[in-house]
Amino acid sequence: MKDNNNYGILIVGVGGQGVLLASEIISETAMKYGYDVKKSEVHGMSQRGGIVSSHVKIAPKVYSPTLSYGQADILMAFEQAEGLRFLDWRKKDGVAIVSTTEMIPAIVTSSKKFIYPEKPIDIMKKKAQNVIAVNADTIAAELGNPRLINTILMGVASNCLPFEKKLWMEVIKKRVKAKFVDINMEAFDRGLKIRLNSVEA
Amino acid sequence: MKELLSGNEAIARGIYEADVKLASAYPGTPSTEILETLAYRFPSVYSQWSPNEKVAYEVAIGASMGGARALVAMKHVGLNVAADPFMTHSYTGVNGGFVVVSADDPAMHSSQNEQDNRFYARFANVPLLEPSDSQEAKDMVVSAYGISEVFDTPVLLRTTTRVSHSKGIVEYAEKTEAPHKQFVKDASKYVMVPSNARGRHQIVEERLEKLKQFSEETPFNFIEENGSKVGIITGSIAYQYAKEVAPQFDYLKLGFSYPLPIKKIGEFIKNHDKVLVVEELEPFYEDQIKAAGLKVEGKKYFSHLGELSPYRVAVGFKEAGVLNEIPLAVISPEENMFPRPPVLCPGCPHRGAFMALKKLKVNVTGDIGCYTLGALEPLNALDSCICMGASIGNAIGMERVQHSDKGTVAVIGDSTFLHSGITGLMDAVYNKTNVTVMILDNSATAMTGGQQHPATGLTLMGKEAGKVDIPTVVKALGVKSVRILDDYDYEATLKTIKEELERPEPSVIIANRPCVLMPKRIMDESYVVDEELCTACSACFRISCPAISASEETNKHGHPKAVIDETLCTGCSLCAQICPTEAIILKSHFVKVEEV
Repeated sequence: MKDNNNYGILIVGVGGQGVLLASEIISETAMKYGYDVKKSEVHGMSQRGGIVSSHVKIAPKVYSPTLSYGQADILMAFEQAEGLRFLDWRKKDGVAIVSTTEMIPAIVTSSKKFIYPEKPIDIMKKKAQNVIAVNADTIAAELGNPRLINTILMGVASNCLPFEKKLWMEVIKKRVKAKFVDINMEAFDRGLKIRLNSVEA
Repeated sequence: MKELLSGNEAIARGIYEADVKLASAYPGTPSTEILETLAYRFPSVYSQWSPNEKVAYEVAIGASMGGARALVAMKHVGLNVAADPFMTHSYTGVNGGFVVVSADDPAMHSSQNEQDNRFYARFANVPLLEPSDSQEAKDMVVSAYGISEVFDTPVLLRTTTRVSHSKGIVEYAEKTEAPHKQFVKDASKYVMVPSNARGRHQIVEERLEKLKQFSEETPFNFIEENGSKVGIITGSIAYQYAKEVAPQFDYLKLGFSYPLPIKKIGEFIKNHDKVLVVEELEPFYEDQIKAAGLKVEGKKYFSHLGELSPYRVAVGFKEAGVLNEIPLAVISPEENMFPRPPVLCPGCPHRGAFMALKKLKVNVTGDIGCYTLGALEPLNALDSCICMGASIGNAIGMERVQHSDKGTVAVIGDSTFLHSGITGLMDAVYNKTNVTVMILDNSATAMTGGQQHPATGLTLMGKEAGKVDIPTVVKALGVKSVRILDDYDYEATLKTIKEELERPEPSVIIANRPCVLMPKRIMDESYVVDEELCTACSACFRISCPAISASEETNKHGHPKAVIDETLCTGCSLCAQICPTEAIILKSHFVKVEEV
């Protein structure tokens, strides 16, 4: 993978999906590779079932820890509608890696004021190039643990980043609880095999 | 050695490197992780949760008087609670070095206001440090102790959410060794009766003059020259945003920002054609610079409201005429997207209390904690939220003027009750006001991540603790009717609140089901929906449980039936208790029915 020397990564999902762990692993891998890294997210109330987004910025020297609209090279969305919500944070030629997971909040089911968009990934594809839908729910179920969506998508995203697999594995090993290391490595590998220009998984 | 650390983790590292002996705090976003990191990573520093920020501050003063370096940390509104010791501590000064961390929350990600606590430094005449990233946060903590001891003053270190919660690479330094001093009795310094305090106020003013000189010299206030005619005066996270969008300008970056280096600023202004002040929230620098007779512009282009961002700073630069175009994409977010507001967790015991309060249609004054989420749709069961402990006082005042036949209910959490609800309840007893106080006791400071408090039996450092018994406290205050219930039992909760509302005196209901996330996640058996029996009445949708959503199955009118996500459901049974058709049943029962 060619090194662009500058990467903005936006990771989005719903509280509890492992957004923060994914951004930790990506940031630490970039640091070990030798880059300056900053990452930003907000803790607190937003974790109670709300939207969680984490910004990762990788370059020789990083100032703002936050990305701006149109600055993300890679958008990783662990939930379809969140992918759509944050689509415009992606650069025009950036990549969107989206899990087909759908999570409909109580506020939509209990009131008539809001609707959950029909097939958000299809809307994304109409609006943008390089939208990669990943059936991460199914892959996670095959691996026997529903909490692997984050690692699978990291594997997919690693195809757009210059860090070698060995470095990723080293960081995953350090960051994940011992008994979950093997299954996370396997999940990462499954994601890695989803090539970016291949048809959707 | 370098690590990727959040601002809060970096502050903890700085506390360790500075050889601080005692750190105290009350949890509050975005400051909480400072003490948590200390307790888990640097247990050689004694750290503790106090019942509130005022006590935490006073404990740290005691440690400083005793000769050790001390730290107290809190969120911005916490310093309002601790303002009483803080303002006078400026007079006494320190023995061991003293740092107070205030973590402000511009944009109110998790707060009730976005006050700018830099004004507290000016208010109390103490030095102010403002880090703009994790490395500076660590370095400034270490330097702050030197400043504190040399100038005999507490030092205010002010972060914002973006600084506290963003991560960056931090280069470590060796741990230093602070000299341990003894307490030397000195009434003129520590006993702030009027005759002594007058003398100390004089010293504060003299100290300020010395600090002004220090501000001119410290490397925390530095200039970056790029040969530009445009000069930017900035600090904290705004510096990073401005550098991101306009690295070509000249910068005067303020890290030691009270008292300001006015001479340095004057020179900088003289050497540039146009100087802009870029700061988040209030015009703290700008007003002081203008008051010194110097010409700058700032808030004219950069809003007082919320957080700045690279984009908002770029827009300000364009409006000020120093950038021709905004070097970032224009905002065009997806339209008509549904919101995803924070909600009570699946299995949250507070849900039962709010279902009952909503049903009874009473006025409910609220407080600060997870249960503040009870105010949001579709529960809509809280009518006020002001500050820590306010619910009880608010209920008393409202009841006094309204004499409502339904009574007024105050809802407050266990940690918040211990923080500042006890005095409110004392008022109700003393003035014989007919309020019903519901203490939602989930045995944790839950909203900030489940920290320990004086009634949980454990300390911050994980040791066995003295345990305050809330029912005993309530009774000792003179409340005659104290009812204890399980808020998973909906009918009992409803009945008990009704009875206590009718009682013509102050009463307390303690709902004591522990937080569903603490001490470990309760994973009881999941409930499921029998679609044959579900009529799509939507009663269970209205309790706002994240585990319940709309099924693809509909009734004959096209209304969706309910479906339960078994991985989220904790088996609390609240939805099953209110389902009118008994369609929500335990999973094991459902299977049995099928087998028959």
